[in-house]
Amino acid sequence: MSELTKLTLKAALAGLKARDFSSVDITKAHIEAIEQARGLNAYVLETPDKALAMAAESDARLARGEGGALEGAPLGIKDLFCTDGVRSTAASKILGNFVPAYESTVTSQLWRDGGVMLGKLNLDEFAMGSSNETSAFGPVINPWRRNGSEAALTPGGSSGGSAAATAADLCLAATATDTGGSIRQPAAFTGTVGIKPTYGRCSRWGIIAFASSLDQAGPIAKTVEDAAIMLRSMSGHDVKDSTSLPVKVPDFASYVGRSVKGLRIGVPKEYRMPGMPAEIEKLWVDGIAWLKDAGCEIVEVSLPHTKYALPAYYIVAPAEASSNLARYDGMRYGLRAGGPSLTDVYEESRAQGFGEEVKRRILIGTYVLSAGYYDAYYLKAQKVRRRIADDFDQAWQTCDALLTPTAPSAAFGLGEQSDDPIAMYLNDIFTVTTNLAGLPGLSLPAGRDAQGLPLGLQLIGRALDEGTLFSLAGALEKAAGFTAKADRWW
Amino acid sequence: MAIDAATVRKVARLARIREPEERLEPLAQELNTIISWIEQLEEVNTDGVEPMTSVVAVALPLRDDVVTEGGDTSRILSNAPKSADGFFIVPKVVE
Repeated sequence: MSELTKLTLKAALAGLKARDFSSVDITKAHIEAIEQARGLNAYVLETPDKALAMAAESDARLARGEGGALEGAPLGIKDLFCTDGVRSTAASKILGNFVPAYESTVTSQLWRDGGVMLGKLNLDEFAMGSSNETSAFGPVINPWRRNGSEAALTPGGSSGGSAAATAADLCLAATATDTGGSIRQPAAFTGTVGIKPTYGRCSRWGIIAFASSLDQAGPIAKTVEDAAIMLRSMSGHDVKDSTSLPVKVPDFASYVGRSVKGLRIGVPKEYRMPGMPAEIEKLWVDGIAWLKDAGCEIVEVSLPHTKYALPAYYIVAPAEASSNLARYDGMRYGLRAGGPSLTDVYEESRAQGFGEEVKRRILIGTYVLSAGYYDAYYLKAQKVRRRIADDFDQAWQTCDALLTPTAPSAAFGLGEQSDDPIAMYLNDIFTVTTNLAGLPGLSLPAGRDAQGLPLGLQLIGRALDEGTLFSLAGALEKAAGFTAKADRWW
Repeated sequence: MAIDAATVRKVARLARIREPEERLEPLAQELNTIISWIEQLEEVNTDGVEPMTSVVAVALPLRDDVVTEGGDTSRILSNAPKSADGFFIVPKVVE
Protein backbone atom coordinates (compact mmCIF):
# COMPACT_ATOMS: atom_id res chain seq x y z
CA MET A 1 0.00 0.00 0.00
CA SER A 2 2.84 2.38 0.82
CA GLU A 3 3.80 2.40 -2.86
CA LEU A 4 0.74 4.57 -3.48
CA THR A 5 2.28 7.46 -1.53
CA LYS A 6 5.29 7.44 -3.86
CA LEU A 7 3.19 8.29 -6.91
CA THR A 8 3.30 11.70 -8.48
CA LEU A 9 0.05 13.67 -8.43
CA LYS A 10 -0.32 13.12 -12.16
CA ALA A 11 0.16 9.34 -11.91
CA ALA A 12 -2.19 9.13 -8.93
CA LEU A 13 -4.92 11.03 -10.76
CA ALA A 14 -4.56 8.68 -13.73
CA GLY A 15 -4.72 5.62 -11.44
CA LEU A 16 -7.80 6.98 -9.65
CA LYS A 17 -9.55 7.72 -12.90
CA ALA A 18 -8.75 4.24 -14.24
CA ARG A 19 -10.00 2.80 -10.90
CA ASP A 20 -6.69 0.96 -10.39
CA PHE A 21 -7.08 1.96 -6.74
CA SER A 22 -9.60 4.01 -4.83
CA SER A 23 -9.27 7.38 -3.21
CA VAL A 24 -9.86 5.66 0.14
CA ASP A 25 -6.89 3.35 -0.63
CA ILE A 26 -4.47 6.14 -1.42
CA THR A 27 -5.80 8.34 1.39
CA LYS A 28 -5.33 5.51 3.93
CA ALA A 29 -1.78 4.96 2.66
CA HIS A 30 -1.03 8.64 3.30
CA ILE A 31 -2.67 8.62 6.74
CA GLU A 32 -0.44 5.70 7.73
CA ALA A 33 2.64 7.42 6.34
CA ILE A 34 1.80 10.57 8.31
CA GLU A 35 1.37 8.58 11.54
CA GLN A 36 4.80 7.03 11.02
CA ALA A 37 6.43 10.36 10.25
CA ARG A 38 5.39 12.39 13.29
CA GLY A 39 9.08 12.88 14.08
CA LEU A 40 9.27 15.27 11.12
CA ASN A 41 6.66 17.53 12.78
CA ALA A 42 5.31 18.43 9.33
CA TYR A 43 1.63 18.33 10.26
CA VAL A 44 0.28 20.46 13.12
CA LEU A 45 -3.16 18.89 12.74
CA GLU A 46 -4.07 15.57 11.14
CA THR A 47 -7.65 15.23 9.88
CA PRO A 48 -7.91 11.51 8.99
CA ASP A 49 -11.68 11.26 9.52
CA LYS A 50 -12.35 14.22 7.29
CA ALA A 51 -9.89 12.85 4.72
CA LEU A 52 -11.58 9.43 4.60
CA ALA A 53 -15.04 11.00 4.32
CA MET A 54 -13.88 13.22 1.45
CA ALA A 55 -12.15 10.23 -0.19
CA ALA A 56 -15.35 8.16 -0.01
CA GLU A 57 -17.25 11.00 -1.70
CA SER A 58 -14.57 11.15 -4.39
CA ASP A 59 -14.84 7.42 -4.95
CA ALA A 60 -18.60 7.76 -5.38
CA ARG A 61 -18.09 10.47 -7.99
CA LEU A 62 -15.38 8.47 -9.77
CA ALA A 63 -17.65 5.42 -9.81
CA ARG A 64 -20.26 7.50 -11.62
CA GLY A 65 -17.64 8.54 -14.16
CA GLU A 66 -17.59 12.07 -12.74
CA GLY A 67 -14.92 13.97 -10.89
CA GLY A 68 -12.85 17.15 -11.05
CA ALA A 69 -9.25 17.86 -11.94
CA LEU A 70 -7.96 16.69 -8.54
CA GLU A 71 -10.58 14.05 -7.83
CA GLY A 72 -9.56 11.79 -4.97
CA ALA A 73 -6.03 13.22 -4.52
CA PRO A 74 -4.86 13.56 -0.88
CA LEU A 75 -3.34 16.98 -0.27
CA GLY A 76 -1.71 18.87 2.61
CA ILE A 77 -2.75 22.42 3.51
CA LYS A 78 -0.40 25.01 4.99
CA ASP A 79 -1.92 26.12 8.28
CA LEU A 80 -2.14 29.70 7.02
CA PHE A 81 -5.24 28.83 4.97
CA CYS A 82 -8.50 29.07 6.89
CA THR A 83 -10.45 25.83 6.68
CA ASP A 84 -14.12 25.69 7.65
CA GLY A 85 -14.59 23.85 10.94
CA VAL A 86 -10.90 22.85 11.12
CA ARG A 87 -8.51 24.60 13.52
CA SER A 88 -6.33 27.18 11.77
CA THR A 89 -3.43 28.68 13.72
CA ALA A 90 -0.75 30.32 11.51
CA ALA A 91 1.51 28.39 13.95
CA SER A 92 0.91 31.15 16.48
CA LYS A 93 -0.22 30.89 20.07
CA ILE A 94 -2.29 34.04 19.61
CA LEU A 95 -4.85 32.21 17.46
CA GLY A 96 -5.10 29.45 20.05
CA ASN A 97 -7.83 27.07 19.01
CA PHE A 98 -9.32 29.33 16.36
CA VAL A 99 -11.79 27.39 14.22
CA PRO A 100 -12.83 29.36 11.13
CA ALA A 101 -16.48 29.44 10.11
CA TYR A 102 -15.43 29.85 6.48
CA GLU A 103 -13.11 28.35 3.87
CA SER A 104 -10.31 30.18 2.05
CA THR A 105 -11.01 30.64 -1.65
CA VAL A 106 -7.92 28.67 -2.69
CA THR A 107 -8.76 25.61 -0.58
CA SER A 108 -12.44 25.79 -1.55
CA GLN A 109 -11.30 25.48 -5.18
CA LEU A 110 -9.21 22.40 -4.34
CA TRP A 111 -12.28 20.76 -2.76
CA ARG A 112 -14.44 21.89 -5.70
CA ASP A 113 -12.02 19.95 -7.94
CA GLY A 114 -12.15 16.83 -5.76
CA GLY A 115 -9.05 17.23 -3.56
CA VAL A 116 -8.92 15.40 -0.21
CA MET A 117 -7.59 17.19 2.88
CA LEU A 118 -5.10 15.20 4.96
CA GLY A 119 -4.45 17.93 7.52
CA LYS A 120 -2.80 21.25 8.27
CA LEU A 121 0.92 21.78 7.74
CA ASN A 122 3.45 23.46 10.00
CA LEU A 123 5.04 26.82 9.12
CA ASP A 124 6.95 29.70 10.64
CA GLU A 125 4.65 31.78 12.87
CA PHE A 126 2.52 33.97 10.59
CA ALA A 127 4.85 32.82 7.77
CA MET A 128 7.66 34.98 9.21
CA GLY A 129 10.86 33.01 8.96
CA SER A 130 13.16 31.02 6.72
CA SER A 131 13.78 27.93 8.85
CA ASN A 132 10.45 26.97 10.46
CA GLU A 133 12.02 27.67 13.85
CA THR A 134 9.56 30.44 14.72
CA SER A 135 6.60 28.02 14.75
CA ALA A 136 4.73 27.76 18.07
CA PHE A 137 4.61 24.01 17.38
CA GLY A 138 8.39 23.69 17.06
CA PRO A 139 10.34 23.32 13.82
CA VAL A 140 9.72 20.89 11.02
CA ILE A 141 12.66 18.54 10.43
CA ASN A 142 13.92 18.19 6.87
CA PRO A 143 13.64 14.59 5.63
CA TRP A 144 17.05 15.14 4.00
CA ARG A 145 20.23 14.70 6.02
CA ARG A 146 23.86 15.34 5.16
CA ASN A 147 25.73 12.20 4.07
CA GLY A 148 26.71 10.19 7.13
CA SER A 149 25.19 12.68 9.56
CA GLU A 150 22.17 12.56 11.83
CA ALA A 151 22.09 16.32 12.43
CA ALA A 152 18.58 17.76 12.10
CA LEU A 153 18.34 20.21 9.20
CA THR A 154 15.75 22.86 8.49
CA PRO A 155 13.35 22.26 5.60
CA GLY A 156 13.42 26.04 5.07
CA GLY A 157 10.58 28.39 5.65
CA SER A 158 8.04 29.56 5.95
CA SER A 159 6.32 26.70 4.07
CA GLY A 160 8.59 24.10 5.71
CA GLY A 161 5.74 21.73 6.55
CA SER A 162 4.46 21.84 2.97
CA ALA A 163 7.92 21.13 1.56
CA ALA A 164 8.87 18.40 4.05
CA ALA A 165 5.51 16.64 3.70
CA THR A 166 5.76 16.64 -0.09
CA ALA A 167 9.39 15.45 -0.04
CA ALA A 168 8.62 12.65 2.45
CA ASP A 169 5.54 11.42 0.53
CA LEU A 170 3.13 12.54 3.28
CA CYS A 171 0.85 14.13 0.66
CA LEU A 172 0.75 14.17 -3.15
CA ALA A 173 1.16 17.95 -3.15
CA ALA A 174 0.60 20.84 -0.78
CA THR A 175 -0.56 24.43 -0.70
CA ALA A 176 1.97 27.03 0.39
CA THR A 177 2.40 30.79 0.45
CA ASP A 178 5.28 33.08 -0.47
CA THR A 179 5.87 36.62 0.81
CA GLY A 180 9.66 36.81 0.29
CA GLY A 181 10.61 33.28 -0.78
CA SER A 182 8.52 31.06 1.49
CA ILE A 183 7.55 28.63 -1.28
CA ARG A 184 10.76 28.58 -3.28
CA GLN A 185 13.45 28.36 -0.58
CA PRO A 186 11.78 25.36 1.19
CA ALA A 187 11.26 23.71 -2.20
CA ALA A 188 14.99 24.13 -2.91
CA PHE A 189 15.93 22.75 0.54
CA THR A 190 13.81 19.60 0.12
CA GLY A 191 14.22 18.62 -3.54
CA THR A 192 10.67 19.64 -4.46
CA VAL A 193 9.11 22.01 -7.01
CA GLY A 194 7.44 25.24 -5.89
CA ILE A 195 5.97 28.18 -7.75
CA LYS A 196 4.93 31.60 -6.54
CA PRO A 197 2.66 32.81 -9.31
CA THR A 198 2.08 36.40 -10.40
CA TYR A 199 0.64 38.59 -7.64
CA GLY A 200 -3.14 38.40 -8.04
CA ARG A 201 -3.21 34.97 -9.71
CA CYS A 202 -4.53 33.30 -6.53
CA SER A 203 -7.07 34.86 -4.23
CA ARG A 204 -5.75 35.88 -0.83
CA TRP A 205 -9.22 35.65 0.71
CA GLY A 206 -9.17 33.41 3.78
CA ILE A 207 -5.35 33.23 3.90
CA ILE A 208 -4.15 34.67 7.21
CA ALA A 209 -2.48 37.93 6.15
CA PHE A 210 1.21 38.74 6.67
CA ALA A 211 2.14 41.46 4.14
CA SER A 212 -0.78 42.01 1.81
CA SER A 213 1.07 43.56 -1.14
CA LEU A 214 3.57 40.66 -1.20
CA ASP A 215 1.63 37.56 -0.06
CA GLN A 216 0.78 35.07 -2.78
CA ALA A 217 -0.33 31.43 -2.64
CA GLY A 218 1.16 28.66 -4.75
CA PRO A 219 1.82 24.91 -4.66
CA ILE A 220 4.73 22.72 -3.60
CA ALA A 221 4.76 19.45 -5.54
CA LYS A 222 6.95 16.51 -6.55
CA THR A 223 7.31 17.45 -10.23
CA VAL A 224 6.94 20.46 -12.50
CA GLU A 225 3.79 19.04 -14.06
CA ASP A 226 2.27 18.31 -10.63
CA ALA A 227 2.88 21.93 -9.66
CA ALA A 228 1.15 23.04 -12.87
CA ILE A 229 -1.88 20.83 -12.12
CA MET A 230 -2.16 22.23 -8.60
CA LEU A 231 -1.71 25.85 -9.65
CA ARG A 232 -4.54 25.63 -12.15
CA SER A 233 -6.98 24.61 -9.42
CA MET A 234 -5.65 27.22 -6.99
CA SER A 235 -5.81 30.15 -9.43
CA GLY A 236 -8.65 32.33 -10.59
CA HIS A 237 -10.42 35.62 -10.07
CA ASP A 238 -12.29 36.10 -6.81
CA VAL A 239 -14.54 39.07 -6.08
CA LYS A 240 -13.70 38.69 -2.39
CA ASP A 241 -10.08 39.77 -3.05
CA SER A 242 -9.98 43.11 -4.84
CA THR A 243 -6.35 42.51 -5.90
CA SER A 244 -7.11 39.18 -7.54
CA LEU A 245 -6.77 39.49 -11.30
CA PRO A 246 -9.81 39.08 -13.57
CA VAL A 247 -7.91 36.97 -16.11
CA LYS A 248 -8.43 33.52 -17.57
CA VAL A 249 -6.56 30.64 -15.95
CA PRO A 250 -4.46 28.78 -18.54
CA ASP A 251 -4.04 25.00 -18.56
CA PHE A 252 -0.57 25.33 -17.03
CA ALA A 253 0.21 21.61 -17.43
CA SER A 254 -0.13 21.93 -21.21
CA TYR A 255 3.00 24.12 -21.19
CA VAL A 256 5.15 21.37 -19.68
CA GLY A 257 7.00 19.54 -22.44
CA ARG A 258 6.66 22.34 -25.00
CA SER A 259 9.77 23.35 -26.92
CA VAL A 260 11.76 26.19 -25.44
CA LYS A 261 13.75 26.72 -28.63
CA GLY A 262 14.45 30.37 -29.33
CA LEU A 263 13.53 31.63 -25.85
CA ARG A 264 15.97 34.21 -24.53
CA ILE A 265 17.18 33.49 -20.99
CA GLY A 266 18.61 36.32 -18.94
CA VAL A 267 21.40 35.65 -16.46
CA PRO A 268 21.53 38.54 -13.99
CA LYS A 269 25.12 39.31 -13.09
CA GLU A 270 24.10 40.85 -9.73
CA TYR A 271 23.00 37.41 -8.49
CA ARG A 272 26.64 36.29 -8.42
CA MET A 273 27.16 36.84 -4.71
CA PRO A 274 30.56 36.85 -3.04
CA GLY A 275 30.89 33.82 -0.80
CA MET A 276 28.33 31.79 -2.70
CA PRO A 277 29.20 28.07 -2.45
CA ALA A 278 31.00 26.78 -5.56
CA GLU A 279 28.41 24.01 -5.94
CA ILE A 280 25.63 26.55 -6.39
CA GLU A 281 27.70 28.50 -8.89
CA LYS A 282 28.32 25.22 -10.76
CA LEU A 283 24.64 24.26 -10.69
CA TRP A 284 23.81 27.64 -12.20
CA VAL A 285 26.36 27.07 -14.98
CA ASP A 286 24.86 23.60 -15.56
CA GLY A 287 21.37 25.12 -15.79
CA ILE A 288 22.56 27.65 -18.36
CA ALA A 289 24.14 24.85 -20.41
CA TRP A 290 20.98 22.70 -20.23
CA LEU A 291 18.81 25.53 -21.52
CA LYS A 292 21.36 26.29 -24.24
CA ASP A 293 21.21 22.63 -25.32
CA ALA A 294 17.42 22.92 -25.42
CA GLY A 295 17.76 25.75 -27.93
CA CYS A 296 17.56 28.80 -25.70
CA GLU A 297 19.62 31.90 -26.27
CA ILE A 298 21.52 33.06 -23.17
CA VAL A 299 21.90 36.78 -22.53
CA GLU A 300 23.59 38.58 -19.67
CA VAL A 301 21.29 41.12 -18.05
CA SER A 302 21.69 43.62 -15.25
CA LEU A 303 19.31 44.15 -12.32
CA PRO A 304 21.30 46.91 -10.62
CA HIS A 305 19.05 47.37 -7.59
CA THR A 306 19.10 43.71 -6.52
CA LYS A 307 21.12 44.34 -3.36
CA TYR A 308 18.52 46.82 -2.12
CA ALA A 309 15.61 44.39 -2.41
CA LEU A 310 16.03 42.81 1.03
CA PRO A 311 16.40 46.09 2.95
CA ALA A 312 13.34 47.46 1.10
CA TYR A 313 11.46 44.26 1.90
CA TYR A 314 12.33 44.61 5.60
CA ILE A 315 10.54 47.94 5.65
CA VAL A 316 7.52 47.08 3.50
CA ALA A 317 6.79 43.62 4.95
CA PRO A 318 7.03 44.57 8.66
CA ALA A 319 5.05 47.77 8.03
CA GLU A 320 2.22 45.82 6.44
CA ALA A 321 2.50 43.09 9.08
CA SER A 322 2.24 45.58 11.95
CA SER A 323 -1.00 46.80 10.43
CA ASN A 324 -2.41 43.35 9.56
CA LEU A 325 -1.57 41.89 12.96
CA ALA A 326 -3.26 44.75 14.82
CA ARG A 327 -6.44 42.67 14.63
CA TYR A 328 -5.12 40.21 17.24
CA ASP A 329 -6.37 42.06 20.29
CA GLY A 330 -7.91 39.29 22.41
CA MET A 331 -11.45 40.56 21.93
CA ARG A 332 -13.18 38.51 19.24
CA TYR A 333 -11.10 35.34 18.91
CA GLY A 334 -7.82 33.84 20.01
CA LEU A 335 -5.86 34.31 23.20
CA ARG A 336 -7.08 36.76 25.85
CA ALA A 337 -4.76 37.44 28.77
CA GLY A 338 -4.15 40.07 31.45
CA GLY A 339 -6.48 42.71 32.77
CA PRO A 340 -8.39 44.38 34.21
CA SER A 341 -8.11 47.39 31.85
CA LEU A 342 -8.60 47.19 28.10
CA THR A 343 -5.01 48.30 27.42
CA ASP A 344 -3.69 45.67 29.84
CA VAL A 345 -5.59 42.98 27.97
CA TYR A 346 -4.32 44.19 24.59
CA GLU A 347 -0.71 44.40 25.75
CA GLU A 348 -0.66 41.18 27.71
CA SER A 349 -2.51 39.10 25.11
CA ARG A 350 -0.12 40.24 22.39
CA ALA A 351 2.95 39.81 24.63
CA GLN A 352 1.97 36.21 25.45
CA GLY A 353 0.49 35.31 22.07
CA PHE A 354 3.19 36.45 19.65
CA GLY A 355 6.62 34.83 19.38
CA GLU A 356 9.90 36.77 19.37
CA GLU A 357 10.35 37.12 15.59
CA VAL A 358 6.76 38.27 15.09
CA LYS A 359 7.13 40.85 17.87
CA ARG A 360 10.41 42.04 16.38
CA ARG A 361 8.76 42.59 13.00
CA ILE A 362 5.73 44.32 14.50
CA LEU A 363 8.06 46.67 16.39
CA ILE A 364 10.09 47.44 13.24
CA GLY A 365 6.90 48.00 11.27
CA THR A 366 5.43 50.26 13.94
CA TYR A 367 8.70 52.21 14.13
CA VAL A 368 9.05 52.80 10.38
CA LEU A 369 5.42 53.91 10.14
CA SER A 370 5.53 56.13 13.24
CA ALA A 371 5.27 59.90 13.08
CA GLY A 372 8.35 61.55 11.58
CA TYR A 373 9.83 58.39 10.07
CA TYR A 374 7.26 57.50 7.39
CA ASP A 375 8.99 59.41 4.57
CA ALA A 376 12.50 58.32 5.53
CA TYR A 377 11.65 54.62 5.62
CA TYR A 378 8.33 53.52 4.16
CA LEU A 379 8.10 56.04 1.33
CA LYS A 380 11.77 55.53 0.48
CA ALA A 381 11.28 51.75 0.39
CA GLN A 382 8.28 52.08 -1.93
CA LYS A 383 10.40 54.21 -4.28
CA VAL A 384 13.24 51.66 -4.23
CA ARG A 385 10.63 49.01 -4.90
CA ARG A 386 9.67 50.90 -8.05
CA ARG A 387 13.33 50.93 -9.13
CA ILE A 388 13.50 47.15 -8.62
CA ALA A 389 10.36 46.64 -10.71
CA ASP A 390 11.85 48.96 -13.38
CA ASP A 391 15.00 46.79 -13.46
CA PHE A 392 12.87 43.80 -14.45
CA ASP A 393 10.98 45.81 -17.08
CA GLN A 394 14.35 46.76 -18.54
CA ALA A 395 15.47 43.11 -18.54
CA TRP A 396 12.34 42.01 -20.41
CA GLN A 397 13.53 44.15 -23.35
CA THR A 398 16.22 41.57 -24.03
CA CYS A 399 15.01 38.31 -22.49
CA ASP A 400 11.89 36.21 -21.86
CA ALA A 401 12.78 34.72 -18.48
CA LEU A 402 15.60 34.77 -15.94
CA LEU A 403 17.58 31.86 -14.51
CA THR A 404 19.15 32.15 -11.04
CA PRO A 405 19.93 29.98 -8.03
CA THR A 406 16.97 29.75 -5.61
CA ALA A 407 18.85 30.14 -2.34
CA PRO A 408 22.43 31.04 -1.39
CA SER A 409 23.00 27.71 0.42
CA ALA A 410 21.67 24.20 0.86
CA ALA A 411 19.55 23.35 3.92
CA PHE A 412 21.34 24.35 7.12
CA GLY A 413 21.19 22.88 10.60
CA LEU A 414 18.46 23.84 13.04
CA GLY A 415 19.79 26.57 15.32
CA GLU A 416 22.66 27.49 12.99
CA GLN A 417 21.27 30.85 11.93
CA SER A 418 18.71 31.66 14.58
CA ASP A 419 20.92 34.04 16.58
CA ASP A 420 21.38 36.51 13.75
CA PRO A 421 18.20 37.91 12.18
CA ILE A 422 20.02 39.44 9.21
CA ALA A 423 21.85 36.19 8.35
CA MET A 424 18.43 34.51 8.38
CA TYR A 425 16.93 37.24 6.19
CA LEU A 426 19.68 36.68 3.57
CA ASN A 427 18.12 33.31 2.73
CA ASP A 428 15.62 35.23 0.62
CA ILE A 429 18.18 37.28 -1.31
CA PHE A 430 17.42 35.65 -4.70
CA THR A 431 13.67 35.23 -4.20
CA VAL A 432 12.47 38.46 -2.60
CA THR A 433 12.86 40.61 -5.73
CA THR A 434 9.96 38.85 -7.46
CA ASN A 435 7.64 39.48 -4.52
CA LEU A 436 8.47 43.18 -4.60
CA ALA A 437 7.80 43.30 -8.36
CA GLY A 438 4.80 40.91 -8.27
CA LEU A 439 6.40 38.52 -10.78
CA PRO A 440 6.14 34.71 -10.96
CA GLY A 441 9.09 32.64 -9.70
CA LEU A 442 9.54 28.86 -9.80
CA SER A 443 12.10 26.69 -8.02
CA LEU A 444 12.98 23.19 -9.12
CA PRO A 445 15.54 20.69 -7.82
CA ALA A 446 18.50 20.47 -10.18
CA GLY A 447 21.38 18.91 -8.31
CA ARG A 448 22.95 18.00 -4.97
CA ASP A 449 25.84 19.42 -3.02
CA ALA A 450 28.90 17.46 -1.86
CA GLN A 451 27.02 16.42 1.29
CA GLY A 452 24.16 15.02 -0.75
CA LEU A 453 21.66 17.82 -0.10
CA PRO A 454 19.34 19.05 -2.86
CA LEU A 455 19.90 22.43 -4.53
CA GLY A 456 17.39 24.45 -6.51
CA LEU A 457 17.35 26.65 -9.57
CA GLN A 458 14.91 29.53 -9.93
CA LEU A 459 13.14 30.76 -13.04
CA ILE A 460 11.60 34.24 -13.01
CA GLY A 461 9.09 35.31 -15.64
CA ARG A 462 7.05 38.24 -16.86
CA ALA A 463 3.78 38.99 -15.09
CA LEU A 464 1.15 36.34 -15.96
CA ASP A 465 3.67 34.33 -17.99
CA GLU A 466 3.78 31.26 -15.74
CA GLY A 467 3.29 29.18 -18.91
CA THR A 468 6.80 29.99 -20.15
CA LEU A 469 8.20 29.13 -16.71
CA PHE A 470 6.51 25.73 -16.82
CA SER A 471 7.95 25.03 -20.30
CA LEU A 472 11.45 26.04 -19.19
CA ALA A 473 11.15 24.16 -15.91
CA GLY A 474 10.02 21.08 -17.83
CA ALA A 475 13.14 21.29 -20.00
CA LEU A 476 15.41 21.77 -16.98
CA GLU A 477 13.74 18.94 -15.06
CA LYS A 478 14.36 16.60 -17.96
CA ALA A 479 17.98 17.66 -18.38
CA ALA A 480 18.81 17.63 -14.66
CA GLY A 481 17.21 14.22 -14.15
CA PHE A 482 16.83 14.87 -10.43
CA THR A 483 15.09 11.78 -9.04
CA ALA A 484 16.78 11.43 -5.65
CA LYS A 485 14.64 11.04 -2.55
CA ALA A 486 15.66 11.40 1.09
CA ASP A 487 16.63 8.05 2.62
CA ARG A 488 13.94 7.17 5.09
CA TRP A 489 15.15 7.48 8.71
CA TRP A 490 11.95 8.65 10.37
CA MET B 1 18.48 57.87 14.13
CA ALA B 2 19.68 55.41 16.77
CA ILE B 3 16.95 53.58 18.67
CA ASP B 4 17.25 53.68 22.47
CA ALA B 5 15.31 51.97 25.23
CA ALA B 6 12.90 54.92 25.46
CA THR B 7 12.07 54.61 21.75
CA VAL B 8 11.45 50.86 22.12
CA ARG B 9 9.16 51.58 25.08
CA LYS B 10 7.20 54.07 22.98
CA VAL B 11 6.99 51.81 19.92
CA ALA B 12 5.97 48.78 22.00
CA ARG B 13 3.27 50.92 23.57
CA LEU B 14 2.05 52.00 20.11
CA ALA B 15 2.03 48.34 19.01
CA ARG B 16 0.24 47.31 22.23
CA ILE B 17 2.84 44.70 23.10
CA ARG B 18 4.01 44.57 26.71
CA GLU B 19 7.79 44.41 26.86
CA PRO B 20 9.36 44.04 30.29
CA GLU B 21 11.81 46.79 31.28
CA GLU B 22 14.84 44.45 31.05
CA ARG B 23 14.01 43.61 27.41
CA LEU B 24 14.05 47.24 26.23
CA GLU B 25 17.83 47.63 25.96
CA PRO B 26 18.48 44.29 24.16
CA LEU B 27 15.58 45.01 21.81
CA ALA B 28 16.98 48.48 21.08
CA GLN B 29 20.26 46.84 20.05
CA GLU B 30 18.53 44.27 17.83
CA LEU B 31 16.39 46.88 16.14
CA ASN B 32 19.38 49.18 15.64
CA THR B 33 21.26 46.41 13.87
CA ILE B 34 18.34 45.83 11.52
CA ILE B 35 17.57 49.52 10.96
CA SER B 36 21.19 50.40 10.20
CA TRP B 37 21.29 47.55 7.66
CA ILE B 38 18.09 48.93 6.13
CA GLU B 39 19.60 52.40 5.91
CA GLN B 40 21.75 51.37 2.93
CA LEU B 41 18.65 52.34 0.95
CA GLU B 42 19.87 55.92 1.29
CA GLU B 43 22.46 55.12 -1.41
CA VAL B 44 19.70 54.71 -4.00
CA ASN B 45 18.81 57.82 -5.96
CA THR B 46 15.02 58.00 -5.92
CA ASP B 47 14.59 61.59 -7.05
CA GLY B 48 11.45 61.87 -9.11
CA VAL B 49 10.56 58.17 -8.61
CA GLU B 50 6.89 57.49 -7.94
CA PRO B 51 6.44 55.24 -4.88
CA MET B 52 5.07 51.82 -5.82
CA THR B 53 1.74 51.39 -4.09
CA SER B 54 0.43 48.48 -6.14
CA VAL B 55 2.24 45.68 -7.95
CA VAL B 56 -0.52 45.19 -10.50
CA ALA B 57 -1.44 48.11 -12.70
CA VAL B 58 -5.20 47.73 -12.45
CA ALA B 59 -7.74 50.11 -10.98
CA LEU B 60 -9.38 48.70 -7.87
CA PRO B 61 -12.85 47.46 -8.75
CA LEU B 62 -16.02 48.89 -7.23
CA ARG B 63 -18.94 46.77 -6.15
CA ASP B 64 -22.52 47.58 -5.31
CA ASP B 65 -22.96 48.62 -1.70
CA VAL B 66 -25.33 45.85 -0.75
CA VAL B 67 -25.45 43.24 2.00
CA THR B 68 -24.05 39.94 0.76
CA GLU B 69 -24.09 37.86 3.89
CA GLY B 70 -24.49 38.33 7.60
CA GLY B 71 -27.02 38.01 10.38
CA ASP B 72 -25.25 34.96 11.75
CA THR B 73 -24.42 35.89 15.33
CA SER B 74 -23.58 32.41 16.52
CA ARG B 75 -20.93 31.86 13.83
CA ILE B 76 -19.41 35.26 14.51
CA LEU B 77 -19.26 34.59 18.24
CA SER B 78 -18.10 31.00 17.88
CA ASN B 79 -14.46 31.85 18.66
CA ALA B 80 -15.07 34.62 21.22
CA PRO B 81 -12.95 34.34 24.37
CA LYS B 82 -15.99 35.62 26.29
CA SER B 83 -19.54 36.22 25.12
CA ALA B 84 -23.06 36.46 26.51
CA ASP B 85 -26.52 37.07 25.09
CA GLY B 86 -25.22 37.49 21.56
CA PHE B 87 -22.49 39.99 22.48
CA PHE B 88 -18.72 39.96 22.89
CA ILE B 89 -17.78 40.59 26.51
CA VAL B 90 -14.84 43.02 26.65
CA PRO B 91 -13.09 44.83 29.50
CA LYS B 92 -14.67 48.05 30.67
CA VAL B 93 -13.78 50.79 28.18
CA VAL B 94 -15.48 53.87 29.66
CA GLU B 95 -14.95 54.71 33.30
